[in-house]
Amino acid sequence: MNEESSDSTPVPDVAALRRRQPRFQGLEAGHRACLGCAQALAARLVLEAAGPDVAVANATGCLEVFTTPWPESAWRVPWVHSLFENAGAVASGLEAAFKAQGRAAKVLAFAGDGGTFDIGFQSLSGMIERHHDVLYVCYDNEAYMNTGVQRSSSTPHAAATTTSPAGRARLGKRHLKKDILSIVAAHHMPYAATASVAYPSDLRKKVRRAVAVEGPTFLLIHSPCPLGWGHDGSRSIEIARLAVESGLVPLIELERGELTGAMPIRAVRPVTDYLKAQARFRHLFADTPEAHRELEHLQALADHNIEVYGLRGAGADPRDTAGADTVRRGGARWA
Amino acid sequence: MPQALEGSQAIARAVALCRPQVVSAYPITPQTHIVENLARLVADGALACEFVSVESEHSAASVVLGAAAAGARAYTASASQGILLMSEVLYNIAGLRLPLVLTCANRALSAPLSIWNDQQDSMAVRDAGWIQLYCAGNQEAVDTTIQAFRIAQDTELPVMVCVDGFTLTHTLEPIEIPDQAAVDAFLPPLHFARALDPARPLSLGTLVSPEWFTEARHSQHGALLAAAADIEAADRDWAAATGRAWGGLLEVDGPQDARIGLLTLGSISGTMADARAASPDLPPVRLLRLRAFRPFPAAALQAACAGLETLVVLERALSPGGEGIVTAEVRAALYGREPAPAVRGFAVGLGGRDVPMAIYRRAVEAALAPGEGTFAILDVDPRRLPAEDRYPDLAPPAARGAEEEAT
Amino acid sequence: MIEVRIHGRGGQGNVAAAYLLAAAAIGEGWHALAFPAFGAERRGAPVAAFVRMDRRAFRRRDQVARPHFLIVQDAALLHVPGVLAGLRPEGGLLVNAAREPAGADLPPKRFAVPATRLAQEHLGRPVPNTVLLAVFLTLTGLLPVAALERAVAARFRGPVLEANKALIAAAAKLPPPGAWAVEETDAAGA
Repeated sequence: MNEESSDSTPVPDVAALRRRQPRFQGLEAGHRACLGCAQALAARLVLEAAGPDVAVANATGCLEVFTTPWPESAWRVPWVHSLFENAGAVASGLEAAFKAQGRAAKVLAFAGDGGTFDIGFQSLSGMIERHHDVLYVCYDNEAYMNTGVQRSSSTPHAAATTTSPAGRARLGKRHLKKDILSIVAAHHMPYAATASVAYPSDLRKKVRRAVAVEGPTFLLIHSPCPLGWGHDGSRSIEIARLAVESGLVPLIELERGELTGAMPIRAVRPVTDYLKAQARFRHLFADTPEAHRELEHLQALADHNIEVYGLRGAGADPRDTAGADTVRRGGARWA
Repeated sequence: MPQALEGSQAIARAVALCRPQVVSAYPITPQTHIVENLARLVADGALACEFVSVESEHSAASVVLGAAAAGARAYTASASQGILLMSEVLYNIAGLRLPLVLTCANRALSAPLSIWNDQQDSMAVRDAGWIQLYCAGNQEAVDTTIQAFRIAQDTELPVMVCVDGFTLTHTLEPIEIPDQAAVDAFLPPLHFARALDPARPLSLGTLVSPEWFTEARHSQHGALLAAAADIEAADRDWAAATGRAWGGLLEVDGPQDARIGLLTLGSISGTMADARAASPDLPPVRLLRLRAFRPFPAAALQAACAGLETLVVLERALSPGGEGIVTAEVRAALYGREPAPAVRGFAVGLGGRDVPMAIYRRAVEAALAPGEGTFAILDVDPRRLPAEDRYPDLAPPAARGAEEEAT
Repeated sequence: MIEVRIHGRGGQGNVAAAYLLAAAAIGEGWHALAFPAFGAERRGAPVAAFVRMDRRAFRRRDQVARPHFLIVQDAALLHVPGVLAGLRPEGGLLVNAAREPAGADLPPKRFAVPATRLAQEHLGRPVPNTVLLAVFLTLTGLLPVAALERAVAARFRGPVLEANKALIAAAAKLPPPGAWAVEETDAAGA
């Protein structure tokens, strides 16, 4: 490891750092994502860590739409979009073809929570069961954002969407967010993890870990959506961090179904810090017994996560210095 | 020396001779024997390919889509509900202009549930943008499967080879399996220019605005029409290699002076030919067989109808509330031509109903009868229906008398 | 053209019998088709299969409606409606049974063979189809019994094949050779 990458002191000049560490840019600037779109950032981080020797199967969704307005494309990796619900199967086909041709490219599947938790779940389950060598990344913004913020099975309990609005009789989504990570992990999954755009080093580390596995791996990346969640685009990272610090979004790693890693929370925040920052939870702050009860429910969910995954404690180095070399090698090829 | 082979077994051997790199399928009657035979060839080491046994037809089509996008020679097979479940992906494959081959073991669509043969399934995806070739027998199914891989890579279009379920897939008959060298000489390795490759990254399947969508469709439509020449060339080249040709787009068989034509698709064609030979008392009939339904060979059809006064279309599907699907297309192709034959369309053999040689006589009699209806289900027996479901106006010519007798 | 309909129960090797007969004919240079009467595949259910064979090529693929011969693998099926339907007046009925079946509706030309017992003795399995085919070929003289042996050899190997050959030889001795010899009829027969 060289001197630059092992430097663990805070670096104030981010632009200078990026000039010194040319990372592989698989997703170029200039695409048409909304201001503060965390999914766009997450996809860029994933490709930085995965490097150029990949091929992407992208499900229908915001990511596909804002990156490829014909005749332009923001992708600098081979990329195919087929349909909404078949990213797992298309990725399976890419992988089978590469295997048959003796090619070494790693296959990535990209999908949102709609394409993963809901309509594409069967295809994902089949891909894992057949043990295809694919990293499946779900950019989780917790609703159908591409079609205008409708509920998905990933939408958190009590969140308002256009199909689970808050009104006199209902306080947003009545059902719980599906525990997709446990479901995926139950497929004898070699590696399944959650990540957050608020922790890019952790995210990249998990991508590198997943890419190194020969077999199916899964990464669920919590990705705030300013439009759908009702927050200013400049606060996406902050809100993503609050989700983790409250315990609502635990950053964990499961190998063969066993918990093998959890990012500790140094100072646990109350869920209200996270919820009050977003318009989709605004109705929970009305002074009614129902709203109070729902806030208690959500706090209980966060407390449960902290308890089950052992999230309370002192942390490790979050800067991900270990992987810098890999990133630089990927970047050098395309510099 | 021909071998005694079941149709499905022979089709699987033909697929294997084409050296596919990725095969993916989901079992459905009557396609099952094809994929079981392929799985057996893989298990025995006779076929080196990635055999991806998926959890649905939607995924089977998606896997071969991905494989083709990565530049691999890919194959799948399905039928009936499986084709419908695939349909979304079938349109996508065609729109992405990916070369791959699918065998459709033609079967009826539910409801009512039927596992038996008609051609409603492939007709339901007529507009998906695939080349569709219909086979009359199993030797043709073998040869067409091999031709299909060539046509797919020559045109960068997907090809659906339609074989009647059971009637072909489950029939044992004498079949010549070509040798590997002949297939290799006919079918060069696939070099797909738009294959996904990290060294030359392309974006495939992008969002296209109204500014461009029309041009994309125009180019696809043109490519399908232009594929007619590639279909004919493949059949011609295959004939040069093996001595067997199957009529290219449209097979025409019969006397120049015939006033009656009979147009069919698929496995009933042979039955009609033998019936013609066995019916010397009937006037001469020219037999037309649509081998290519997409692209639709309008010009060849117009030429083949020269001198005909009546053309009877027999098809194993219909558009309920409309008329025969093939019938309507034949009418459209002949519309405004002077002179053009009157077109009488009939559906027969739906949901596995046997199409006996006697249907030939009924079709010819229908052609001779003046002023009869333009479309009917020829082998319906209205007497088996309650009175309110008989719709006497829709009864076919010969059944009309029988219906009167019964009432 | 010769048309045969074979009746049995699911799991008795009914389609296999049709395939074997057609394969034997194809091996002798005939044009032949064998296909099942298309039904759901359930063990024990009555099923039928067809064979159509001719020394000249033919193209028809309709079902066999007026068979020259019926081969019935289970005598109880003779009471199932439709099993005897369409048999030509001069047609023959070959039944797997210990005794020749009797009945006013049965054709005069009929023969019974205890095929299941014989198969059990030779193969250790109650599969009557090979016995019936060997008897059928001996009765009709359509194909040499050796053609059936060759068709069987394409499906089996080793001791199973040897047992089948012995079974065919034993079965072929049972009926009077050529008793059902027929003139080939024209393809226009239907």
